[in-house]
Parts: sequence; C-alpha cells; structure tokens
Amino acid sequence: MKFLCIECDEQMGFEERQQPGDGTFTASFKCPKCNRSVALLANPMETQLVGSLGVKIGGRTLDEQPMELIRSNVVGKDDAFAEEGQMRQPVSAAAAASSAPRWTPDANARLSKVPNFVRGMVKKIYAEYAAERSITEITPEVMDRARTELGLEGM
Amino acid sequence: MTHRTYNEVKGDDRSGLLSQVVSQRQRVVDRLASVRRVVAVMSGKGGVGKSYITATLAREIAAGKRSVGVLDADLKSPTCARMLGARGPVQVTDDGVQPAIGVNGIRLFSTDLLLEDGKPLAWREPGSERFIWRGVLETGAIREFLSDVVWGPLDLLLVDLPPGGDRLADLAALVPSLAGAVAVTIPSEESERSVARSMESAREAGIKVLGVVENMSGYGCESCGHVGPLFTGNAGETLARTFGVPLLARIPFNPSAPPKLSQPLVDAVLTGAP
Repeated sequence: MKFLCIECDEQMGFEERQQPGDGTFTASFKCPKCNRSVALLANPMETQLVGSLGVKIGGRTLDEQPMELIRSNVVGKDDAFAEEGQMRQPVSAAAAASSAPRWTPDANARLSKVPNFVRGMVKKIYAEYAAERSITEITPEVMDRARTELGLEGM
Repeated sequence: MTHRTYNEVKGDDRSGLLSQVVSQRQRVVDRLASVRRVVAVMSGKGGVGKSYITATLAREIAAGKRSVGVLDADLKSPTCARMLGARGPVQVTDDGVQPAIGVNGIRLFSTDLLLEDGKPLAWREPGSERFIWRGVLETGAIREFLSDVVWGPLDLLLVDLPPGGDRLADLAALVPSLAGAVAVTIPSEESERSVARSMESAREAGIKVLGVVENMSGYGCESCGHVGPLFTGNAGETLARTFGVPLLARIPFNPSAPPKLSQPLVDAVLTGAP
C-alpha cells in the first residue's frame, strides 16, 4: 500500500497509526514536498479484516508476540496463559523488580480493564516499550503514547 | 487526472503486508525444523472417532519412546487435550508458548486449554459480518499453533483436523513439509461418500493420503471377544480400493479396552510405508 500526492507526484510518507479502541483504525501519511497530510480511516469490519491476517498497516514496529492473533481475538479464560515468572520463580526476583518500570495506580487501573487472557502480553509490551526508552514509570500517558506508536488495538 | 500507479512509484511499501505474511510463514517453517514428520488425521465426516484415533496413535507411539506432539486443529470442538490428560495453564516464554504435557510426555496444544469449560470458541468484536473474517482468523489461529508453540524436537507431530476437507489444504499451505494425511471413516455408506470427498480434495491439492482407517468396524464382545456388525457398509475397503491407498486398520468398537493399533497404521504414520 502506497500513498501518492498527485499534485506533487511524490510518494507520501507514513506518519502514524491510531487504534482508538472502538474497533476503527486510522493511518496518516504526509507528502514530503508540500506537507499535505491525509488520513486513511477504516471502519471496524475493514480493521478486523486486516487484523485477521495478523498484519499491521504501516509496518510492524514491534515483533509479533507469541500467539498475538489468538490472544487479541479469542474470548478465552482468564488463567489460560501464565507469563514467564508466574509459574516458576525468576532467577533473581529482586534484580528483575529493580529493572522493571514502575506502574502508577492509574496505569494499573487501566491495565486491569484489559481482559486477563491478553493482559500479560499487553503488560509485557508496555514494559518493553518503557524499558527501551528508559522510562521508569508507566502512566496512562505513556500507555497512550505507546499505543499510538506501536499501533496496539484497544490496549 | 492521470497519476503513477503502484509499480510506477518506486519508493518502499512500508506496510509490506505481503512480506509480513511471508514472515509468518517462515516462522512456521523455522519452528517445525525440529519436527521430523507432520501427519494430519482427517475425515470428511464428524463423529467417526478421528480425535480418538489421533489420541490413540499419539499415546501408543509415544509409549514406544518416540517424542510425539498433537496439534488439535479442531478449534470449535477440541477433545484431544482431555483424551491425553493435558491441562493448562500454558506458560508464555520469550521463545513462545510452551505446550501442555499429556500422558507419555505427549506435547499438545488445543483451544481446549484456552477456553472456559463449556464455552464455545468466540471471537472479539465486531460481531457483524463475522462470517467474512472468521475463516481467516481460524487459519491464523492454526498458524500460530504451528509457529508459536515451542514444539521442540519431535519424531512426529499429529494434527487432528476438524471434519471437512478445507482445513487440510490450509494446513498443507502452511506446512510445505506435510508428510500426508490419514483418512478416518466408519463403515457406513454415508461416511464413505463424505470421506471420499475429503480424500478427493486432498488428491486435488496434491496431498498424499497415507491410507484409510475404518473405525467402529464392528462391535467387540467384552466377554468372548467376538466382533459382530455395528454398521452396515464396507467404507474402509471401498475407499482404499477407489483411491489406491492401503486400508491401514479396522478398529472394532470396544468400550472396555483401548484398541491395539495395527503395525501398518503405525508404520504409515511414522515412515509413510505401511
């Protein structure tokens, strides 16, 4: 998929992707010559069709998570997946805790609204996003930023 | 207004949807590199004991010190996990999702491990026009079962397919190394017709049918061992003759004793040669 600014005859560059959580999808593109922006707006069915393939419009900014498609789309039981460390003690719990970003109460509250079936995966994605950017505290604002940058559907 | 077309615009396609799909396929190939043989168990008809045959094969071959995995591709009516005593939760690691472990160390994955007891397979929103994307999602789920489960080194991975012929072609597209499929029938004429269609689909798709298993091939008396008729018909033999493949086993129904599988069936699954 490519976007062409017809007036400038220039290929537009991908700007950002948004998935506001209502099942819709937005991707915006900008002409490097005239700076005109356009947005691709997809309805829930179109979004789902693309999502069903397990692909991301605009390209992947994050490696595919284990069973990402299933965990994002199946209504499963809460305790189906145990994240690493839940079933066995980590080598150094203290070391892991010191390097992990802290979650504010508001961020935790928001995370708790994510179905448990997929919560472990979502939490890991946010934690990695924060760690890669040396963010020590995960707030709802950090979650919003990550969601926009990474294109996380309704997370 | 005229303008350049896709191929005339030489810049990168940043979405790279095709390359994302290719990458998904490659992950399946990479994951299955440590699996010596992948065999599907199929049937055109439901209720013929396909999952029972899959579980029995897995149990018996694993008891012979072979490493065996079972992928329950019957997403809507999964039964293999219970039959093989495998339970969740499943652990997620950096390398993927660890399979559940059943009897004789069988490594297994199934939607049964993911769904609430008694709840059907359900997808999240949107609910409208679900029929359009459901099939794509189901194929995607099987792809993730193949690529994201840490199968490890296996002598054999059995894939228990849902009734019907479609999923076998999907599986073959995902697993180029698929060794073939075993077709399961019961003796009845209705089953024969139904299984013939799925075997024909396999043939058209270039997938090798390793042979036919006729399940519920008579009723085994618990007292004297005599096998009497249970269904009229001779589907196993007819299908084998029609398609030029071996009849690998005829398994009588005996509720009190697990079947002893025939050597030709085990050989066909393990080596392709009955």
